[in-house]
Amino acid sequence: MNIIVCVKQVPDTTEIKIDPVKGTLIRDGVPSIMNPDDKGGLELALRLKDAHGAHVTVISMGPPQADVMLREALAMGADRAILLSDRKFAGADTLATSYALSGLCRTLDYDLIIAGRQAIDGDTAQVGPELAEHLGLPQITYVADAKLLENGNLLIHKENEDSVQVLEAEGKCLLTVLASAFDARYMSVSGIMEAYNKEVEVWSADKIDVEEGKLGLSGSPTKVFRSFPKAMKEPGEVHEVTPEEAVELIVNKLKEKHII
Amino acid sequence: MDFSYSKTEQLFLQMIREFAEKEVKPLAAEVDEQERFPLETVEKMGKLGIMGIPVPKEYGGAGGTVQMYIMAVEELSRVCATTGVVLSAHTSLCMAPIMEHGTEEQKMKYLPKLASGEWIGAFGLTEPNAGTDAAMQQTMAVDAGDKWILNGTKIFITNASYANVFIVMAMTDKSKGTKGISAFIVEKGMPGFSIGKPEMKMGIRGSATCELIFENCEVPKENLLGAEGKGFGIAMKTLDGGRIGIASQALGIAQGAMDETVRYTKERKQFGRAIAKFQNTQFQMADLKTKVEAARLLVRSAAWKKDNGIPYSADAAMAKLFAAETAMEVTTKAVQFHGGYGYTREYPVDRMMRDDKITEIYEGTSEVQRMVIAGHLFK
Repeated sequence: MNIIVCVKQVPDTTEIKIDPVKGTLIRDGVPSIMNPDDKGGLELALRLKDAHGAHVTVISMGPPQADVMLREALAMGADRAILLSDRKFAGADTLATSYALSGLCRTLDYDLIIAGRQAIDGDTAQVGPELAEHLGLPQITYVADAKLLENGNLLIHKENEDSVQVLEAEGKCLLTVLASAFDARYMSVSGIMEAYNKEVEVWSADKIDVEEGKLGLSGSPTKVFRSFPKAMKEPGEVHEVTPEEAVELIVNKLKEKHII
Repeated sequence: MDFSYSKTEQLFLQMIREFAEKEVKPLAAEVDEQERFPLETVEKMGKLGIMGIPVPKEYGGAGGTVQMYIMAVEELSRVCATTGVVLSAHTSLCMAPIMEHGTEEQKMKYLPKLASGEWIGAFGLTEPNAGTDAAMQQTMAVDAGDKWILNGTKIFITNASYANVFIVMAMTDKSKGTKGISAFIVEKGMPGFSIGKPEMKMGIRGSATCELIFENCEVPKENLLGAEGKGFGIAMKTLDGGRIGIASQALGIAQGAMDETVRYTKERKQFGRAIAKFQNTQFQMADLKTKVEAARLLVRSAAWKKDNGIPYSADAAMAKLFAAETAMEVTTKAVQFHGGYGYTREYPVDRMMRDDKITEIYEGTSEVQRMVIAGHLFK
């Protein structure tokens, strides 16, 4: 089985601050990490590899600095790494990004594409589904479990807000994966020792199957009008009480606030 | 001179720091309170290759550097000094002498299982009457034809009750003094070998420190490590390497105490402002930070020399002396900055202070380090 995993290098938003005037992210001095949902996706691919044997290719679009993240993927156990890096991709929104990735995927031989649900910097959750659309693939989003069945199909748990859907997927498809469901492995020491002996292939726009006008800023219909931080909720209260006491407590609280 | 980490080392640092934060830190207080050996962590370290970092690949190791190994000891000790010393004793005191002095058969027999973490290693030199004066060995090894017969007792042995392989020093010819000491590879379960009860310690309370008891212990002939009579040299060389590990442990403890104190002094308010805003805090912390960075450079320099085959005995002694004493100062002041809370076990700085004290004592006391440094200076 050939698996493509899409990964993105993002600023570690747990350490990021927002410029109070401009409303933009202050990225200076903030460490870059592999997007957590993407890392979950890589973990799923590596588990399929461990259990059934697979060739795992990680792909990413970004500046040359993304190299270190792809080395991390190699040290975790990925077999091949490709970075799409070209000035022509600059300024891409999710549509132009997914289009460029689709051009790369079309040049590769694959049975399954795995992407993270969403990236912690943009939080759009659009690139995975859009990539499936560009490639004409069926897609299953919010994947919390995936097992390969004897008939070659995938048995998938798709997590909805209040339920879990169990699906069987036949043939090529694209999954978007939740980090919370796949506790990603650490890089192994021997993987780290090998990571810089392997090649991270850097591909330019000329090398993939795309129309240039649909790349980068010119291929991006999305314009960011304004961004601002969300107001933080106050922390909640925790009471260790019996159900009966809990009902009384909640009712009293609601009365206090004149809700009931 | 290049002070930066290589790309491989940077990737390794990212992994080991994440591992320490997620897997080791949450257990640190419990390991201390319950005096519990962190076996589950050792198993995880084994699977990731952390138990065999500097062991060559052909012997089942990761083929990494001494620099990477000491980075691991530092990062683990930053959150749990017990875990740090488990790795340090295993790597520096057991695997290193086998790598450096073992026969091909011994390397093939022991290193793969040690490097994978399936087996844990330990080292036995200290005896009730042979501490700093290590030449006063009373454990005897007698040649009995096809085997050696060992009799005697070793004390304060790190990892003892969980270890499978021990490097043990014993007298094979008492008339020759230090030239009559030989090194042996002893396995758990060899006839006549038993482990005494664990010591009740001030710090590194999870590290399983026990006596080794040899009562007509039968050790196969092929388990002599190095040539007969070369044991004292092997022990001293092993301790040179071990000191870089313990220096890293002290450095990690110091860094952990710095991290905790910076966080606490920024949060704790007295007289209407964070105590980090007071010049007394700032000046003292600036001095401590400077010392910690100086210790780090000494430690890394010693490791760099070992990696590059340059003599490092004095460097290792200076690194251990300075890092251990710096860490003692840092942890003592960390408790002071935390005030009454620092004296309770609610915060980790009391544990760090208790844990650090041993770094001024084991693998050569600070006084021994001064003897080694002066020995090089005045030779």
